[in-house]
Amino acid sequence: MSGTKKETGFSFTIDGIEVTAYAGQTIMEAADDAGIYIPRLCDHEGLRHQGSCRVCTVKAGGRSVSACTQPAAPGQAVENETPHLNKMRRDLVEMLFHEGNHLCPICEASGNCELQAMAYRLDMTEATKFPYLEPCRALDASHPDIALDTNRCISCGRCIRASQDVDGKGVFGYVGRGIHRRVAVNGENLADTDAAVTDNAISAEVCPVGCIIRKRVGFVTPIGEREFDKGLIGHDIEEKRK
Amino acid sequence: MDNGQQAGNGVSKTACSVTPVPDGAVADICERFGNDKHRMLDILREVQDRFQCIAPATMDQIAEETGLTRIEVEGVASFYSFLSLQPKGRITIRLCDDIVDRYAGLEAVTAAFEDALGIKIGETSADGAVSLEYTPCIGMCDQAPAAMVNDIVLTNLTAQSAREVAEAIIAGKRPEDLVSDRFATLSPHDRAVRMVDNNIRHAGAVLLGPVPEDAGLSKAVSITSSQIISMIEESGLRGCGGAGFTTGRKWRFAAAERTERSFVICNADEGEPGTFKDRVLLTERPHLLIEGMTIAARAVGAKEGILYLRGEYVYLRELLEQVLEERRRRGLLGKAILGTKRFDFDIRIQMGAGAYICGEEGALISSCEGLPGEPKTRPPFPVNRGYLGYPTVVNNVETFCHAARILDQGAKWFHDIGTEGSHGTKLFSVCGDCLNPGIYELPYGHSVWELLEMVGGQDAAAVQVGGPSGAMIARDSFHRKLTFDDLATGGAIIVFNGQRNILEIVDYYMSFFVHESCGYCTPCRVGNVFLQKAIEKFRKGLANPEDIDYLKDLSGTIIETSRCGLGMTSPNPVLSTLANFPLVYSAMTQPSKDGIRATFDIQSAIDGARKIAKRRSYIFDRDFTQ
Repeated sequence: MSGTKKETGFSFTIDGIEVTAYAGQTIMEAADDAGIYIPRLCDHEGLRHQGSCRVCTVKAGGRSVSACTQPAAPGQAVENETPHLNKMRRDLVEMLFHEGNHLCPICEASGNCELQAMAYRLDMTEATKFPYLEPCRALDASHPDIALDTNRCISCGRCIRASQDVDGKGVFGYVGRGIHRRVAVNGENLADTDAAVTDNAISAEVCPVGCIIRKRVGFVTPIGEREFDKGLIGHDIEEKRK
Repeated sequence: MDNGQQAGNGVSKTACSVTPVPDGAVADICERFGNDKHRMLDILREVQDRFQCIAPATMDQIAEETGLTRIEVEGVASFYSFLSLQPKGRITIRLCDDIVDRYAGLEAVTAAFEDALGIKIGETSADGAVSLEYTPCIGMCDQAPAAMVNDIVLTNLTAQSAREVAEAIIAGKRPEDLVSDRFATLSPHDRAVRMVDNNIRHAGAVLLGPVPEDAGLSKAVSITSSQIISMIEESGLRGCGGAGFTTGRKWRFAAAERTERSFVICNADEGEPGTFKDRVLLTERPHLLIEGMTIAARAVGAKEGILYLRGEYVYLRELLEQVLEERRRRGLLGKAILGTKRFDFDIRIQMGAGAYICGEEGALISSCEGLPGEPKTRPPFPVNRGYLGYPTVVNNVETFCHAARILDQGAKWFHDIGTEGSHGTKLFSVCGDCLNPGIYELPYGHSVWELLEMVGGQDAAAVQVGGPSGAMIARDSFHRKLTFDDLATGGAIIVFNGQRNILEIVDYYMSFFVHESCGYCTPCRVGNVFLQKAIEKFRKGLANPEDIDYLKDLSGTIIETSRCGLGMTSPNPVLSTLANFPLVYSAMTQPSKDGIRATFDIQSAIDGARKIAKRRSYIFDRDFTQ
């Protein structure tokens, strides 16, 4: 974005740091460009913004909004890295842990998992206070190359948007409402759909947790050498500022 | 609580054992709605009505006809309470499970139905004739217990009348015959008032007093759009659905958009437990409502309108269709209204299908578009980009009725009624423990106490103002005023006497919000479940003093991070009772003994292991001889 014409830009602040944004940019997009990381789970580069996990909640002009959907506005003062907001975010991440069945020690995604990494980043280091909902969700291993363990799904819907908008397929979708709302596939099971292991929706970047699993590649990279074993989630964005 | 998350790819996996849908029937239904994916809710409602089920094969077919994927159809079908992926009976009896109905004898009514029908709540009879289930508030709290039998509403049920209804249905009586033997010969209005009482206890000057026909619309065609908007602005009219946004400003924003299409939508989805004022307006003032919508259309330049009617009010559909037809015939809808060039406007009715969230502006628009009722991301706001991406004015039934009266009687007339900041009259729907439940049209500014005296609720111990998303107040707050600035309300006033259990009411309201959350965002989907579980803990006497802080803390997170009004208000039953009835909570807490939380039950904790090991615990089993 650095090459964009200066006159179309405007500035606002995030935690007192002046940031340049362009008309139509969200707070998060502007922050990413400026090397300021705003925690997020349902948002992913290249996909439509959804604003459902609420982990990116920031305060803009005194109001709490989701940074991934809220347009940046000239002169706005945004709060991001405050103890209060990080506490809210930690609550949300804890809610996601308690809603599903997240057993990090036996999960293939451990070390590559954004939910787990976000918990570390937000200092989720003590016993949590919420009740576990312990849902009973099935494993769909019907597809020759892909397995779904929906116990680990956090309903971020990144696979839904990737399949619809990038792959042009619509393999995934939401069904149900309230606590019963969840991601399901376009048919009786995954083998019944036109999902392919080469789909963008199936790629390791799209599913933030260990729900969408590519068969026969498990533990190719050993735990300890995985993405978030080396640095906090968001470090790639924050390094832009250095 | 069973959080009920189902296994696998959902309920659709259960094959429908219902009679197969005949070839071509689904295609015909889709065809009648132009194979339009935006009419998905209508298509699914019709499939449900005709075949009592939306079977997987049917979803495939609907997807094909409308150009959607099967999962998109399933997304809608699985969202709304009145649609079912599993076969339902030819007649579905939905008992209204509101707290007011519970206090009015729902338990005995349920028992009578279960006994006479030979099935339990949630079941369908083996012959596929009848289903029995609970449904949240159907807007009949002034005549509880109430029920819907397919599209027919029954009120003031008793164990005796419930048994008679059940027996009549088993004997093959059609639901409409339960209302009258001459049902077919009755006018739609007669049908409505035979099923449901209006209970108008106090008629005010604006809405329920004498109303001249179309005087407001006549005025509207004689002035410019911008003059109409100015009148509404000067009157001080604010939205009557609960949020209280200035109506004139909303119209002005929409009018300012340059666009080839725009829409006026009436929100007739009052789902707040205890609210039923719009039901009475829809029954008694339908012309005034349509007049108000037509005036709004002229003000913002809209040619198309939608009346979104909650699924529970399907019994009013015919009445409203008749009113629309009559107005088209009289030149009050359609092309060149009242002979005015370039003033074209018509309205279609969109039926809802059992989803409280659809009262939220964005969710209502989603629902009109044939999508699951999920709120939209703001901005853009509906006045800028709403239905199908076009500027859309969404107002409540009462607001449109007020607008029509303001055009007739003038801005000053309306502005002079009520108080500063809260102008005009308000319809209050009063129910619960009072002598005269029903509708009261009063100027803004009365105190709760004054209202209680009017309704015969002087022995109230608690009043829920504005329904569960509003506030529960105690006697020490009854002097407070019913205005936007003090106690704002969409209309619901629920009176509870000293015999009622505050925590039971809070528990019920939280379970309502858990049931009605759309599930889009984390705090509302998950947080409300935790809140309800915590309240259960209090009710069981298992709470520690620090659990009060937990309730406040969790409520704060839900309110601050939720995406729409539902989550921003759903903790209110907890927070307002914590503030106004603190002793109720502290009486239910006990400090930890010996460092062990009262909530920790060692017996149930080790039970699973005990079963697996097929051994008992020497230390913890109280009586090892068992």
